Amino acid sequence: MRIDPRRVLLAVAAPTIAIVFALLVTALVLTSTGDPVLSTATAVFDYARKPAVEAQILNQGTIYYLSALAVAVGFRMNLFNIGVDGQYRLAAFAAAVVGSSFTLPKPLHILVILLVAMAVGAMWAGIAALLKTSRGVSEVISTIMLNAIATTLVAYLLRRFKVDTPGSNNVATKSIAESGAFPGLGLIPGTSVKVFGFIIIAAVAGAAYAVVLSRTRFGFDLRATGRSRTAAIASGVDVRRMIVTSLLISGAIAGLVGMPQLLGGSTRSYSLDFPAGLGFTGIAIALLGRNNAVGMALAALLFSFLDSSSLILDFNGIAKEIVLIIQGTIVLSVVVIYELVRRYGVAAEQRRVSRQLDGATA
Amino acid sequence: MLLSVAVGLLLLSIVRVATGADDLTSGGTVSAALALAVPIGLAGLGGLWSERSGVANIGLEGMMILGTWGAGWAGYQWGPWTGVLVGTLMGAVGGLLHAIATVSFGVDHIVSGVAVNILGLGATQFLSVIAFDGVKGAGQSQSPPLPDIVTVGVPGLGEPLRSLEKHHWLLVSDLAGVLRGLLTGVSLLTVLAVLLVVGSYVVLWRTAFGLRLRSCGENPVAAESLGVNVYLMKYAAVIASGAFAGVGGAFLAIVAGNGYREGQVAGRGYIGLAAMIFGNWRPGGLVAGAGLFGYTDALQLRRGGESVHALLLLVGLLLLVGAVLLALRSRLVAGTIAAAVGAAALAFYLRTDVVPEDFTTMTPYVATLLVLALASQRLRMPAADGLPYRRGQGG
Repeated sequence: MRIDPRRVLLAVAAPTIAIVFALLVTALVLTSTGDPVLSTATAVFDYARKPAVEAQILNQGTIYYLSALAVAVGFRMNLFNIGVDGQYRLAAFAAAVVGSSFTLPKPLHILVILLVAMAVGAMWAGIAALLKTSRGVSEVISTIMLNAIATTLVAYLLRRFKVDTPGSNNVATKSIAESGAFPGLGLIPGTSVKVFGFIIIAAVAGAAYAVVLSRTRFGFDLRATGRSRTAAIASGVDVRRMIVTSLLISGAIAGLVGMPQLLGGSTRSYSLDFPAGLGFTGIAIALLGRNNAVGMALAALLFSFLDSSSLILDFNGIAKEIVLIIQGTIVLSVVVIYELVRRYGVAAEQRRVSRQLDGATA
Repeated sequence: MLLSVAVGLLLLSIVRVATGADDLTSGGTVSAALALAVPIGLAGLGGLWSERSGVANIGLEGMMILGTWGAGWAGYQWGPWTGVLVGTLMGAVGGLLHAIATVSFGVDHIVSGVAVNILGLGATQFLSVIAFDGVKGAGQSQSPPLPDIVTVGVPGLGEPLRSLEKHHWLLVSDLAGVLRGLLTGVSLLTVLAVLLVVGSYVVLWRTAFGLRLRSCGENPVAAESLGVNVYLMKYAAVIASGAFAGVGGAFLAIVAGNGYREGQVAGRGYIGLAAMIFGNWRPGGLVAGAGLFGYTDALQLRRGGESVHALLLLVGLLLLVGAVLLALRSRLVAGTIAAAVGAAALAFYLRTDVVPEDFTTMTPYVATLLVLALASQRLRMPAADGLPYRRGQGG
């Protein structure tokens, strides 16, 4: 692949400008509430350099990255899988129930749990796929409804499958046996906080995503369908099958989103306080990272870093909800700036070509 | 339209008599249904304006959230109507943001909508911490209780209708219940919402401005060639869209709830959008859609287990009838599916006495999915809805 320096520059420029813009907005908000801008920024960056916090950023980033991958598979085909949120929660719950019901030798136990999670995630996404292909229901609406249905379904099932833990109000499923634990990695020196071993699986999934999309026929069909449905049909792509397959894959990856926490956390069970809303963060990260495997990894780390800063903000007496504003501003400004940069790129390309043509005729 | 309402009421009446689930058509249920339908209908109205001008708007949820917060913040300080006004304005700001991104910068409409939702949620949570911290009766995620908006009704109607209802006669009592729900104890803001729907119809379908606006949603290039300022129309439509969603949010905070609470909107922006799609991008249709969702939502609140259980009987029977009709038209696959689902609903009805509470909470969402699955093939959205448009792109 030939690398065009101009295109690389444009690709990097957009997110950089967006982040700078979001920081400016944040500074403005901080000033308007009378909080010091500079000392807050130093406090946030100093805090993020602590080893325990670094490990935490990597862990949260792993989860965000998987969620973004799930969303991106749909995005590349112009499908908006807003249902990642419901898919991963239902999948994590099912995996917790099934995984705690038996024990197997170590790698096998984990493998079975992962397969269950992926199957359930894919199944929940499959409903939206079927509704779209057979009844023409927009996946945007159906996945949102399925999110709400998943919330109540999990709440109902959780009460049926709960086990009582003495001295705790938290409602949780039975813990998965030790053989289902995904070992953590001591990647960061100077802290006892382990990094999720799942970070390796996330990296492998990211690599697979990049390779499949840009190096296989399936990936080509998928991108072609996303760019122009009519052109894809004309070249012999079965669009219905592509919709079903890509949503199933998206759902299967979504099934993995809850796994780092479920298998790498301390309780290894699904409980009331299992993290929710990761699917929506995934959408934001996929947008920020432009559905690019590396870009999304950086975006996931950025969001995770911003999340980690909420603790120290709270400590300094600043409303930690400002993090949400930063994240929202980044997403909105990044899509606007991508569009501007794209227009600029097209115009520059046109000028370059017309110059070359002038040169050829002169 | 009137006929289908009448048939629906008759069916409900029969099911009510057969099962004894009196809350199916009681005045209380209808009144609750109306109150639940209004915010959904207002969100749908927002969607109607926006999508008729060609801008898909899934940011309604975020705009509604802004509306609930604005109403909560202004409402406890300067009274409920100021709350409605500020909620409307905050929603309009959300709409303006969406318009800037989609119209001026040509960002993908869904992407921008998602971003508006994230931003609306984040901004309100942040503002709550600043504005409500230390205020009496408030917390970091809720405003103080708000003063109510007065309710109105047709005088002298409540008592006679209530006594008619108590007899539980077939059809007569049901009709009395529906009328009591619709005509007595109605919030002024509900009346305003009804006027907004009628007004939207008049403006969009009976004025030159409305024709221009809708032409942007069908074919912006053609509209441009006729001298319509497409950007201006789209801006007006999307800002109005946010304002309607804001009124819906204000209704949630002031009338339906007792102040702003975090998470109060709970997907109603999306459901409103679904109601509008179900209503085929028409005001009358979206009212029907909002009514349906409001009704299923109200049922689950009023002895939900029993009422939704009775509804299962109705759904099961309807699906079986549908299956026979489909089979007669030799559409065997669809007929078999309908028969299977219908039989499952009936089996569930016969084997249980009440539906567990969690499942009744699901009812509006499942109803949305079912209704879209059954209706969506005959729908026609504005031809250029959701497509990017740049001035002069027609050449």
